[in-house]
Amino acid sequence: MTALEAILIAPIVSAAILAVLPGYRLTANLNVVATLVTFSISVLLFRTEAQTGDYLLIDDLNRVFIVLTTFVALTTSIFSASYISHEIEIGRLTSSSVRFYHAMYQVLMFAMNLALTANNIGLMWVAIEVATLTTVMMVGIYRTHEALEAAWKYFILGSVGIALALFGTILVYMAAQPVIGEGLGAMVWTTLVQHAARFDAPLLNVAFVFLLLGYGTKVGLAPLHAWLPDAHAEGPTPISAVLSGLLLNVALYALLRFKMLLALNPVAIAPGPLMVTMGLVSCIFAAFMLYRRRDIKRMFAYSSIEHMGIIVFAFGMGGPLANFAGLLHMTMHSLTKSAIFFAVGHIAQVKRTQKIADLSGLTVSHPLLGWSLVIGVVAIAGLPPMGIFMSEFLVVSSTFARQPWLAILLALGIIVALGGLFLRLSSVAFGEPRGPTEPTHASFVPMFAHFAIVFAAGIYMPPALVAGFENVARLLG
Amino acid sequence: MHGLSFDIAHLLAGSLVVVSFLELYQDRLLALIHIYAVHALVLTLSVAWQAFIHDAPHLYITALIALAFKAVAIPIGLRRIIIRLGIHREIDNVVGVGLAMLTGIGLVALSMVVMLRVTAEADPLAREDLAFALSVVLLGLLMMVTRRNAVSQVIGFMSLENGLVLAATGAKGMPLVVEISVAFSVLIAFIVIGIFLFRIRERFDTVDIQALDRFRGERR
Repeated sequence: MTALEAILIAPIVSAAILAVLPGYRLTANLNVVATLVTFSISVLLFRTEAQTGDYLLIDDLNRVFIVLTTFVALTTSIFSASYISHEIEIGRLTSSSVRFYHAMYQVLMFAMNLALTANNIGLMWVAIEVATLTTVMMVGIYRTHEALEAAWKYFILGSVGIALALFGTILVYMAAQPVIGEGLGAMVWTTLVQHAARFDAPLLNVAFVFLLLGYGTKVGLAPLHAWLPDAHAEGPTPISAVLSGLLLNVALYALLRFKMLLALNPVAIAPGPLMVTMGLVSCIFAAFMLYRRRDIKRMFAYSSIEHMGIIVFAFGMGGPLANFAGLLHMTMHSLTKSAIFFAVGHIAQVKRTQKIADLSGLTVSHPLLGWSLVIGVVAIAGLPPMGIFMSEFLVVSSTFARQPWLAILLALGIIVALGGLFLRLSSVAFGEPRGPTEPTHASFVPMFAHFAIVFAAGIYMPPALVAGFENVARLLG
Repeated sequence: MHGLSFDIAHLLAGSLVVVSFLELYQDRLLALIHIYAVHALVLTLSVAWQAFIHDAPHLYITALIALAFKAVAIPIGLRRIIIRLGIHREIDNVVGVGLAMLTGIGLVALSMVVMLRVTAEADPLAREDLAFALSVVLLGLLMMVTRRNAVSQVIGFMSLENGLVLAATGAKGMPLVVEISVAFSVLIAFIVIGIFLFRIRERFDTVDIQALDRFRGERR
């Protein structure tokens, strides 16, 4: 068994085990162990040679995504263990729904790893569909009015998205089939790349439009983002962290693979401008939406839309520098946003509310949680010295050299978002403390680990990491 | 391509579009489910015919899945659900029939223009299948936005997936893995939907999406 197979087998076996074991403490700990195993395998995978098969592949691009995914999955599972035990204590979740939750968590890991390692565009689609369905179930787990509505909305919009993506995938096959011939070969990504220059360009163009709309729904690009704030706000907070930090990236990864394919065809439309437009619209739209939020988890969900917009914008601009900035921003956003959700999860638990109006003076009543939230918001708003400042600066400056007007619009979006976030932060973190003030049993390790990495990346990036990212950025074209 | 086999394939794919139109103006839930069964039956015939003329035996499996699950099991299941919930006589439409039909015609025209133009070099059978498939997909989407009952939205989604299966089988020699996965996903989708319908029922005593819309997510 190679590491490439192991990274898929480990989560699916864990899912089967977790599905039958009773007791939430045991399963929560086992969940951590399982994600730790998967993370170790991904580190192993990081150091192995590139491999290509008919169904799976490992190359420089997906290595970055896999390590990031498994790492955030690991820290989230640690956070999840303490989050879930609190939910059990207050009776919001029963032990049978927790068993289901842990099994689904591992199925989600499996689906995301499969989507990232798939070398077959059909298989990649199936994996993303499975990931969608598992998160739908997890969003609806509280069975409240709001949770059911959020899950239903997510299910319907997500299904329409993946249906459009499948149509796009079929069209790619149709474009490839006359050149490569019938059968499996015409769906294998590495084979497609070799022959992409000779594909029928008009068919490829239409295919990309469908793929952009389909996978773009999953990335949460405006105006296809409607499911995202509800799903983030109503599901369990660990799932909000996984959705924002990981699942959006996985959909983005699928989009990037197809962008690379299209870029190799000289006659096909350039995918860049389409992505730039959607990214910019999402960024500016979400930035303005931040101002009228009343629910703290919804607010950070809109912030995720804004950041995904910036990332898609950067990859749409293309070129080594913008791609580098996009990759860095994606990594930093995943780490920061999941850490923020860890903090918000504990805050919502101690204050028993998610309403911004009822949250006040956190730095006084719960200094550690309150200041963590402040650090998180400083980081996500793109202030120095955190890593997001670096990546946003790179995105804006690299754009400024090529398209000054676009850079100005993007900077406008970033600044508007900064204003919106700080407006809310001032009332939540400072001022007169309100609501329950009993101490928490929060797990701070995952949160601080993420902040430490983001802070370190803002100060100093190891040359090996820079070289690795530069290499991937070149691959992306 | 032989004249007759081409014509029959064309007829079956075209019928799927026509049945999609029938679904569009059914405002009673029970009738809608029956029409959906017909939709799935036409899909089965179309897939089976593709399997026959392309000599692709694995497509018979796809046809069988379409017949067993989509034309028989799912309509029976949905029928039970709506009778148990006592909503089988319910009337469900948001926009008028005339407007929905006109929009539908516009969407079909759009998909013909788009697909026939971009697939000029492809094999004629495949390109017409694709154009029909896109029409079915768009009509399914239209149905999902013009209905407010969860059951009719689900039927809209399933006819959309039928369109995808038509496209996948029309693409010559597309690997089996995708067809099975499509059928599989429909099955999963059905389970999820089933769970959701019951959960919605449990909570609201209705499957009317408008009842859900009262909880606009944003807490006040």
